[in-house]
Order: sequence, then structure tokens, then C-alpha cells
Amino acid sequence: MDRVLVVAEHADGRLNAAVAKCVACAASIAGAEIHVAVLAVDGSAVAAAAAAIHGVARVLLVRNAANEPALAAVLAPQLAKLASGYGLVLGPSTTFGKDLMPRVAGLLGAPQVSDVMAVESPTRYRRPVYAGNAIATVEVPAGRQIVATVRVASFAAAPAGGPAPVDPVAIDVPLPLSTRFVSVTAARNDRPDLQTAARVVSGGRALGSADNFKLIQGLADKLGAAVGASRAAVDAGFAPNELQVGQTGKIIAPELYVAIGISGAIQHLTGIKDARTIVAINKDAEAPIFEVADFGLVGDLFSLVPEIEKLL
Amino acid sequence: MRRILVGIKRVIDYNVRVRVRPDGSGVVTDGVKMSANPFDSIALEEALRLRERGEADEVLAVSVGPPEAQQQLRDALAMGADRAILVKADAALEPPAVARAMLALVQRESPRLVILGKQAIDDDCSQTGQMLAALWDRPQATFASRLEVQGETARVTREVDAGLETIEVDLPAVITTDLRLNEPRYIKLPDIMKAKKKPLDMIELADLGVDAAPELKVLKFEAPPQRQKGIMVKDAGELVAALKQRGLA
Repeated sequence: MDRVLVVAEHADGRLNAAVAKCVACAASIAGAEIHVAVLAVDGSAVAAAAAAIHGVARVLLVRNAANEPALAAVLAPQLAKLASGYGLVLGPSTTFGKDLMPRVAGLLGAPQVSDVMAVESPTRYRRPVYAGNAIATVEVPAGRQIVATVRVASFAAAPAGGPAPVDPVAIDVPLPLSTRFVSVTAARNDRPDLQTAARVVSGGRALGSADNFKLIQGLADKLGAAVGASRAAVDAGFAPNELQVGQTGKIIAPELYVAIGISGAIQHLTGIKDARTIVAINKDAEAPIFEVADFGLVGDLFSLVPEIEKLL
Repeated sequence: MRRILVGIKRVIDYNVRVRVRPDGSGVVTDGVKMSANPFDSIALEEALRLRERGEADEVLAVSVGPPEAQQQLRDALAMGADRAILVKADAALEPPAVARAMLALVQRESPRLVILGKQAIDDDCSQTGQMLAALWDRPQATFASRLEVQGETARVTREVDAGLETIEVDLPAVITTDLRLNEPRYIKLPDIMKAKKKPLDMIELADLGVDAAPELKVLKFEAPPQRQKGIMVKDAGELVAALKQRGLA
């Protein structure tokens, strides 16, 4: 393994926090020379931020008016061209990376290892399967170019360092016009980001309504926490989809996770098992969430949550 | 013929608590209930709704897998698919090989839309749809929670980390489904009988000329480390005191 190319996720001129975690993953491969690819319209600020991550040797900046908002069909052919000479092409296991990286792998004719949680050697990776009910150790052929996504909850961000040189790169490849961005509904931005927050308060089906879900937000604000939700709460319309925590939502690793009115289906637990401390509040003493909680409290959330808020 | 091709993977049922075999060679499958991947059932439901709205003429369900996957294809036919194809493969295929097999079928069947699950709940790879779109050189719209077909384009709302993103893609295209796209219908008993008469073709993977040699080797499976059960506190005061002691409040 000589050279690793990390794909930078960014939006509105800001580098996504997942990138420093991908760099940390790459840095755990002995002898890796880590380059970061920034595909943007201007990208100066994003490239500078990427260059300031410890372990990054070089930032490749590819400017194109078609690069934002990011569309996998537009980015993939550029990355496939850029990837020549790299043994490993890494992206985050965010919706951005999950959408993009397999398309890059498809163009490269390369196999992909999804959701890397640990690197055992340049050719051996560990990844969760069956909603985290099993961990597979996967061996890739030596000398074969591979694509991988990084389970960001498994890695601490690489520290600040550098700065590494930023090199503008021109890529001459036809870009498709058959995929067009229309709109994005951006969530409220005044709360910590769920994926990277140190504290998360989540609500489940037991909240009963979108209005009642405000209880969760109140407690989260008091704790300086991000808000999350179980699949049941999202399906019922109590919370928006981007708050879903679990196998098919966000996998998170906060210092504190507070599960309120969440029974703890295995698909939910797989999203929180790296949390340092788990607190569960549920009226059902038999709820599976209590099997993994560091602190469990059985009772009515509608009286307990305001009480806790008052005591904080 | 405006055709929709839907992928169906046979997986361990959603409700089964998966356990690793003691020797680490895989997970326990003996006597375990198998079902269609839930995301694939959502894909099929969406295809059926498009056909019912007059946006498609035929729904073709395809599986690349073991002979036993006929059962999941029969279920798909009972749900309402018009016909089915099983591409028989002995071993578990990796996503690139499945994408190549799907591409071979796409070239035969010329679908207007290919709808696949966003991931299979066994290997959790989330690769096949995007790889197929790359090989086919067509647009992809992954993690769809809303799909509208308008003439030669589709408008797709996608569940992304930031919220909901809407994109427009020219057809043909590959769509992968997220949980909230729809709620699949239940299979009715008379439809199971009717499904027995619908065509289910079998093709050998080798006959498609697809290179299916595995590239990744799974050396072992392990059970994940278990979290220790903690303590039960008796009231809000005790909980807050415990959190304060850990510096968490």
C-alpha cells in the first residue's frame, strides 16, 4: 500500500468532519501516503482545511462549475480518472460517500469494502455485517486497487497538522448532464450535528406525536446535545428522516447517548453501540434497550424528562 | 414495452437474531427463516404502484442467487410482479458480480427503470445499484423516499444526511429505495395460487458471460463485543447525580 486517495465531502465551503476520520483510517495503514481530493467549484477554503489535517501529504483540487451541489454521477468519472496510481480510494460512510464510492468502484472495476471499522493490515479490514451482529475480517488481494468507505464512528478525527501543499489538477473527462440537482431541504443548524455530537438525546415511538417530540429537543438543548430519533419515531412523522439513528440511519459514537421512549430494536442498537455512556428511559422494564444501557430508569417519560431538565 | 426491473435478494429474515457460528465460518442459517430483503420489497411495491398508475407496462423481478431464491421470486409474483428471472449462482456473489449480472439482464430486457434496495440487510454493502448505474453509464438516484416519473425523466427525493434532497434524472436510470418510499402490500392467499402460473425463468450465471470470481476473502466472522448491562437508577435525581459524577451533566 503506497498511496491512498481520500475523497473530501464538503458543503457550503466547509469540509465535513468525516474527512479527518477517513484520514485517521488511512493513517492506520502502515506506510500510507495520504492525498485528499477536493472536487468543488472554487474549493479554496475546503482545500485549505483538508491540507491542515495531520497526515495529509497533498491536496488535489479539481475545480469545475458542475461539482456543486455534489452529484455522484458527475463526481465519479473525475474521481475514477484521479484514482489512477492509488492503491486505495477512501470515502466516508455518509450518504455522500455511500452514494458516490460504489459508482467510482464500478467505473474502476474495483471491489469495494464498505464500512471499514478497523485496518488490520494493508490487505485486511474489519467491517460489520448483519446490522452489526457479526464482524467480518475481509482480505483483499495484494496489489489490487480497492475502494472503501469508512465507518466514521469507529475513528477519532486526525489532529491538526500541515499544512500540506494544495495542487490544482485539471481533469479532462466528459461529465453527464442526465442527472440534475433540484433542491435540498436543510435542517435547522442551531443544534450540534448528530453525526459528530458529543451528546445525543433521542426519542422513540413512545413520544406519541411531533408536538410531544419537543420534549426531546428541550432536554437536548439543556445538555448541549444533538437530537436523534428511532426509526419508529421517524416513520410516524414525529421527527425528520435525517435524525434517524441505526443500521439504516446514522451510526454514531457520542460520549453520552440518552434514549427516551425507545425500546431498543437491534437495528437501533447497532447505531449506538460505540457510545461511551448510554442512558435509557422507558416505561417497559423489559425493553431491550436496558440490556445495553449504563443507566436505566423505568418510568413515565412525560413526567421524568421535565424533572431531569429541572435538575440539570 | 415500458418495463421496470426490480432486484430481489434472499436474506435472513429481518426479525431473526443473527448469531455467529462458533467456528467463525459464517452465521447460523440452519432452520433460520429466509425472506426477501425488506428494501427489495419496497422496490417491488414502488414498481407495482408505477404500473398501477400507468407509468409502466411490466414489472420484472430478478434475483441473482441460489435455487432457493425461487421462493422469494414466487412471493414477488404473488405480490404482483408479471414475471421473474432467477440467475442461478452457487456461492454468495460480491456486489460487482451481481451488478455485472444485472447489467447483462438490463441489456436483454431494456428496462426504463431499475429499482433496487439501497442495501441488503445481510452484508450491508450498499453497492450494487450504484455499481450497476456506473457499468450501464446511466443516472442513479439512491436512498429514494419519493419517486415521480414524468415522461422521460424521474424526480426523486433522497434521504441524505442533511435532510431531503431532490434530483431529476433522465431515464433509464437506477433507483435505490429507502425505508419511507412506501409500505409494501401484504400477499393475499389467492394471489399465491395465481403466482404459480406466472413465468419464472432460470438462467445459469455462466450463460450470461459474467465474471463472478470473488475477490474479497472473508477470513472470519466474530460476534461483536457485548456491552455490559449497567445499573438501574430509581428516579430522576439519582440519574442526574450519576451523570454529573461522570462529567456528563
